[in-house]
Amino acid sequence: MTPRFSAGTRVLVKNDWPEERGPCHIRTPHYLRGRSGQVERVLGAFRNPEDLAFARPAETRVLYHVLFDQPGIFPTDGHTPDKLLVEVFEHWLEAA
Amino acid sequence: MSNPARAESLEQLERLVAALMTKGVVSEAELAAQQASTDRASPEIGARMVARAWLDPAWRAMMLKNGTEAVEALGVSMAGAPPLGVLEDTARRHHVIVCTLCSCYPRAVLGYPPHWYKSFSYRSRVVREPRMVMAEWGSPVPDDIELRVVDSTADYRWMVLPMRPAGTEGWSEDQLAALITRDVLVGVALPKLPA
Amino acid sequence: MSDTEHPTEHTPAIHDIGGIQRFHCTPVEYDEEPPDAFGKRVDALRQLLARKGYMTVDELRRGIESIPEPEYFALTYYERWLRSIELLMVEKGVVTKEELT
Repeated sequence: MTPRFSAGTRVLVKNDWPEERGPCHIRTPHYLRGRSGQVERVLGAFRNPEDLAFARPAETRVLYHVLFDQPGIFPTDGHTPDKLLVEVFEHWLEAA
Repeated sequence: MSNPARAESLEQLERLVAALMTKGVVSEAELAAQQASTDRASPEIGARMVARAWLDPAWRAMMLKNGTEAVEALGVSMAGAPPLGVLEDTARRHHVIVCTLCSCYPRAVLGYPPHWYKSFSYRSRVVREPRMVMAEWGSPVPDDIELRVVDSTADYRWMVLPMRPAGTEGWSEDQLAALITRDVLVGVALPKLPA
Repeated sequence: MSDTEHPTEHTPAIHDIGGIQRFHCTPVEYDEEPPDAFGKRVDALRQLLARKGYMTVDELRRGIESIPEPEYFALTYYERWLRSIELLMVEKGVVTKEELT
């Protein structure tokens, strides 16, 4: 499986809210939706938890470690250089 | 505090276990063996890995490249466990780990997650105000350090490789390992020399 | 304090609590107690059922996430696990509802 993005690529997390459309299980936290970050590392490929959670046949998807500026997401302490580093599946990402 | 389970939950569990046993799905011996195996994992495994990394550059490189391989090199089976990633602190960067969606935790190298790691307050607050939480727990992070909050959302489990504290020159692996607590490996504390 | 900095009107799912206001000023209680006998037994049962192919950890999470809000916050951690395991075992026809009541 060839990863679509590589380390250093700017990516955008889809601003999608499947939990509003019905029962689902997703591993992309709410606070990242619509946010942009940078791929830190390709972590490998894993079976899609969104299907595994319902015992459906689950395709393998590329998983990335993506780095986000923390103050841009939670601006309570905007003076710090802090970051959020989160595992995000490829189907949640677009090129930024 | 972690409240004790209610009497009705204890009964509910035993009804489920009894039903599963009747159908031959699980046995009491298998449950006991599974629990014993989980009980054996402890932060001493993670502490050993870090102490060795502080002393042996080749081990350090291997562990950063593939944490799972490092655990197995210590004789601990990772069969069936999620892959382990090790995050390297530097003089300018510190990592702290959380799972905001549930309670993903590197059990193979740390054992059962403590109650606070699974608590709503830790999961909610550490991504938003990590410096406040760390300060409340006695490990304030200097302003010029980049704090990386690692939200463990998917298939990896993470542990921190902290900086070796000054004043430990010439220490043995055992002496160093004794400085490394579970909290240090999660990143909510920094290694401290005994007073 | 209102959550005005969040750019959307969306409400996260019950378990998706990173950064939400509800726990903003709640101190994290440092608690060294290991899981009690009940917790360890639920934990062992979950791992055993996963190893034997009766459920995945993803299904466990989905079951936990489906617990209605009042109960979700009232139950303890391992009580939520137990609720989810029961749901899955009934859903898959491994046990019946009647056997559990």
